[in-house]
Amino acid sequence: MSILGTRVVRIEDPRFLKGEGTYIANLEVPGAVHLTFVRSQMAHAKILNIDASEALSMPGIKAVWTSADVDLAPAPPANPMMNKAFTYPFVVTEVARFVGDIVAIVVSDTKTQGVDAAETVIVDYDPLPVVVDIDQAFRNEVLLHPNAGTNVVITFAAEKPDIFADCEVVVDLTIENQRVAPAPMEVRACVAQWDGQRLTQWACSQGAHGARDGIAQALGLEGSQVRVITPDVGGGFGAKSGVYAEEILVGWAARKLGQPVRWTESRTENMLSMGHGRAQRQRTKMGGTKDGKITAYRIELLQDAGAYAKAGAILPYMTRLMAGGVYDIPHVQFESHSVVTNTTPTVAYRGAGRPEATAAIERTIDEFARVCGIDPAEIRKKNFLKPDVFPLTTVMGAKYDSGEYEAALDKALTAAGYTQLREEQQRRRASGDPIQLGIGIASYVETTNPMGSGDYGAVEIKADGGAVIRTGSSSHGQGHHTAWAMLVSEATGIPMDKIEFHFGDTDDVERGGGTGGSRSLQVGGSAVKLATDAVIEKARERVADLLEAAVEDIVIDTVRGAFHVAGSPAPARTWAEIMTGIEVPLEAEVDYVPEGSTFPFGTHVCVVEVDTETGSVAVVRHIACDDAGTIINPLIVDGQVHGGIAQGVAQALLEVVAFDPDGNPITSNFADYGIISAAELPSFERVPMETPTPRNPLGAKGIGEAGTIGATPAVHNAVVDAVSHLGVTHIDMPCTSINVWNAIQIATAK
Amino acid sequence: MNEIYTLKINGTEHQVKDAWVGESLLYVLRERLGLPGAKGACEQGECGSCTVFLDGSAVCSCLVLAASATESDIATVEGLQPDGSLTDVQQAFIDEGAVQCGFCTPGLVMAVHHLLDENPSPSELEVKEALSGNICRCTGYGRIFAAVDKVIADRNK
Ligand code: FES
Ligand code: FES
Repeated sequence: MSILGTRVVRIEDPRFLKGEGTYIANLEVPGAVHLTFVRSQMAHAKILNIDASEALSMPGIKAVWTSADVDLAPAPPANPMMNKAFTYPFVVTEVARFVGDIVAIVVSDTKTQGVDAAETVIVDYDPLPVVVDIDQAFRNEVLLHPNAGTNVVITFAAEKPDIFADCEVVVDLTIENQRVAPAPMEVRACVAQWDGQRLTQWACSQGAHGARDGIAQALGLEGSQVRVITPDVGGGFGAKSGVYAEEILVGWAARKLGQPVRWTESRTENMLSMGHGRAQRQRTKMGGTKDGKITAYRIELLQDAGAYAKAGAILPYMTRLMAGGVYDIPHVQFESHSVVTNTTPTVAYRGAGRPEATAAIERTIDEFARVCGIDPAEIRKKNFLKPDVFPLTTVMGAKYDSGEYEAALDKALTAAGYTQLREEQQRRRASGDPIQLGIGIASYVETTNPMGSGDYGAVEIKADGGAVIRTGSSSHGQGHHTAWAMLVSEATGIPMDKIEFHFGDTDDVERGGGTGGSRSLQVGGSAVKLATDAVIEKARERVADLLEAAVEDIVIDTVRGAFHVAGSPAPARTWAEIMTGIEVPLEAEVDYVPEGSTFPFGTHVCVVEVDTETGSVAVVRHIACDDAGTIINPLIVDGQVHGGIAQGVAQALLEVVAFDPDGNPITSNFADYGIISAAELPSFERVPMETPTPRNPLGAKGIGEAGTIGATPAVHNAVVDAVSHLGVTHIDMPCTSINVWNAIQIATAK
Repeated sequence: MNEIYTLKINGTEHQVKDAWVGESLLYVLRERLGLPGAKGACEQGECGSCTVFLDGSAVCSCLVLAASATESDIATVEGLQPDGSLTDVQQAFIDEGAVQCGFCTPGLVMAVHHLLDENPSPSELEVKEALSGNICRCTGYGRIFAAVDKVIADRNK
């Protein structure tokens, strides 16, 4: 029986459970000095002077550097499509642009010495007007990067013919897709060592090769002069893609000092200066017929890029691609402007632009349903793209592979007991129960491996008949070792415990695309699958020689992990026997490029109870039907979906990164930030559905982000639904008690 | 002010030398005594990654002054099963898929052991309450609840 598709427990777990994970903070690096960053305490200010004299007199302090000491050219914007004037100095030269911008670097023998000394560095600020709000930024009254002449980093816009003229019903909404913190449990950390020729850097990253390229480029080194190693990484959620200024400065310092250098940030530093996610203000408009057929949809949005042109500024590109969602809407318009503000730069966060698209259309279609007087489930069915239209190029240019949107909705509704839930809701409304029931639906399609890029995979057979996998993909909690070993074991018959897994070391693994955009299994896994097939082919040739038979007649028996002539199980040669006495390695590598991105889809149904007297919300049930194509290991998929849903619920109900009008962060630790805990979440109910994609040999789509994409609007819609009979039509996220209570008060005062 | 003091950890006495007395137990365990099982993710008592037992109570070791724990019995994840095997809680985490990036995991394992030692048959609400101080960003807690349920069922067999 195939192990693929079965619940295989994770190979990597024991070391984590025993506390033996090898995170960067656990690395012992004799002789390493520590960096501590002195960060701007003002959101927008000229730096007049930096006085480090006291710091320099303190014990263990080796140096305090400012921009004058750091000979690194400012980094260009994260994407070549962006306005090139938005450069990023690694250390502030003249103007600090957010609270957290690096103004100086303290080098110390121990970490505590550095932290103490950093507090004594006196920075003279000349405050400049602060821009926190994106609409204000868009007006260009105060420019953050005056030489750019604008606060707009990048715009995506098209012609605007009037698409609503013929609509019988038109609704519009302003939706705040608020800024949230990725908040992986492991904060950022790195260690760097320069041997005179070459830099070795241990990075807390989602992809060693991308980090290597970023570090090499910034330091003016060849790629071959930098080795990046990613040991165990304690979560990333998109925000540990690429490289941060801090990591480049650690590498730079190691080279300058000729001594190992390390840096581990604090949680507050992480909340201040690791990229944040989301941060869009969306203005949507939907129109159609009275009986609920949507004919036109428009979304205009401002994306908060934060202080610099990082990855966050490009997210609207993805929002645009997925704007039309699962619906057959003849006219879809999109316009976005990514603007800089005096806040922490934004980056990719679980879904990166796609959850924002889903949240916008799913919230808006509920409003459209309300005005039409049609049930939210019904209106979705009326407008879904039908299964026979795939493959489909959408109005926005996305190339959807396959989809059974109505089937996913039906499955989720059945599992939820939708009709009974609506009846229960009616009962509570009729009786004026203070605890009202809300049912929220979100149907989504998303794009995984959104750039359609490929990845590297290699398989080598060892002398003892075991195997080594090398993958360009990078695990930071997704269970790659287990899933990849399953693929190899299934095809070769080599037991899982004899399969080594290598990743995240640029000297050991030739190339790689890392993990992000839910791409790992579909491209990294496919590459390993194809490399395995290639190794088996080579093995058959060897066995043909050994058994003096024709290659075509040699078959593999995966139960025994042995090859023999078809029809005669003996004689046979096991993997170990094939390797005996042969010097030539038995290995294969594959650079797999898929046919394109894949488009997972599904429906989430969320049931909430809202206390109308306090505004407090409890998620009672969350039912998710997610179709991510072929499933290799349901145990891992469950975990990915659960984690995704939790982060989705968190955005809908609790989490927001907030700044005061002066740009001071007011959510800079886990006490102030509403990070979701076990207490706020129910158990999740998953409804199985598997429609293989034709776009890769595994039939797999990505599943890492789907949970988040489906959950946020389902929960959000459920909260609004719970109080819609009171006249509430929208509530800004996060739907905290105060926001919900306010919405009820405003609606009922009317 | 540096002093020498002794901590009793997992039944063994460890001498702490050259330490500043203001150091947290988490810091001393990880940086001075080579016991990196407990993890620091916030260092202000908000995440539970650093959970250890102090005289049988589960505490955030980032909030405990190491030098104040000289009279206490300290237990860390490393001491759960000195022979290197897995406890029933650890095994249940594997069986139920309760581990992802692993960073929160040692703290959660300690918290679950503590909960079930104190209360062998906790209600769903009691489980949630007991684990609400342990933040896990990866799993959504669902598989962790499943692991707890499994241990309860197995122990009550
Ligand atoms: S590190 Fe101690 S509670 Fe977070
Ligand atoms: S497994 Fe990653 S934080 Fe819990």
